[in-house]
Amino acid sequence: MSAHLDATFAALADPTRRAILARLAIGEASVLELAKPFAMSQPAISKHLKVLERAGLISRGQQAQRRPRRLDARPLADATRWLEQYRQFWEASFQRLDALLDQMKTLQKKSGHEGPQTTRAADPRAKGGKRRRSSTDENISSTRRKGDYP
Amino acid sequence: MTEAGALKLTTRGDREIVMTRVFDAPRALVFKAFTTPELVKQWLLGPPGWSMPVCEIDLRVGGRYRYVWRHTHGNEMGMGGVYREIVAPEKVVATEKFDESWYPGEAVGTILLIEQGGRTTLTQTVLYESREARDGVLKSPMESGVAAGYDRLATLLASMKAQ
Repeated sequence: MSAHLDATFAALADPTRRAILARLAIGEASVLELAKPFAMSQPAISKHLKVLERAGLISRGQQAQRRPRRLDARPLADATRWLEQYRQFWEASFQRLDALLDQMKTLQKKSGHEGPQTTRAADPRAKGGKRRRSSTDENISSTRRKGDYP
Repeated sequence: MTEAGALKLTTRGDREIVMTRVFDAPRALVFKAFTTPELVKQWLLGPPGWSMPVCEIDLRVGGRYRYVWRHTHGNEMGMGGVYREIVAPEKVVATEKFDESWYPGEAVGTILLIEQGGRTTLTQTVLYESREARDGVLKSPMESGVAAGYDRLATLLASMKAQ
């Protein structure tokens, strides 16, 4: 799975190969047909096709003469799913971090660590906040519990 | 300028994942939130259901860190690594490896924090070991710096689905 993903992403890193995939998304095509829109030699296109084949993104048909290439969607779906899970993990985490940073900023202002920016004393986020004076990490953690998050 | 809150996630070259995110806070605070166990435990939790019972950080070059997540259903997931470079409050480079890794070898993660006007742009990069790259199978000079964006992939998949 992992080596496959590497190969998938490597294969997708090139614009010519993405264009080939986009073409094959419409339907299968021979090497000649695939080479047509690109200012490239057939061997150059064949090299790209080999990379795509190795990544499992395309396969060859059985018609002896033409051997048309066709798109195999599964590795793409794997790559997308992986990236999507990765994104979801970080999106959820960063939303919590936003809240935490707001809290840290408030504590920092209250304890007067900041100079000029403390002029924004009427910060609405400060309302109903922590009453403690210090801005230690322990304070922040003790005022939050699991389940505070969406 | 990127809006605060919008996460950008792309792949770069054939071995990297690059993520950018803007936080409405000075980078000293962001750095602290990334490197203080009691703080990391509060936010680095992914989707709902996960907690972080173990978060150990020995923040020095050569020092180790160890994260373990636990889901309410009982499954656990652990990872850790060694710090390679620390430039507070700007940069942290560390190796990373999951206990049950789904990719070969060790990855290297870099966190870069740039502050502008009280906001901080995080650029988080993960460079994966790749057998393909190591063996020099992919020698195309076109590869470097070309981003195979997630959006492109999504577009491609959408066009496939439209068939």
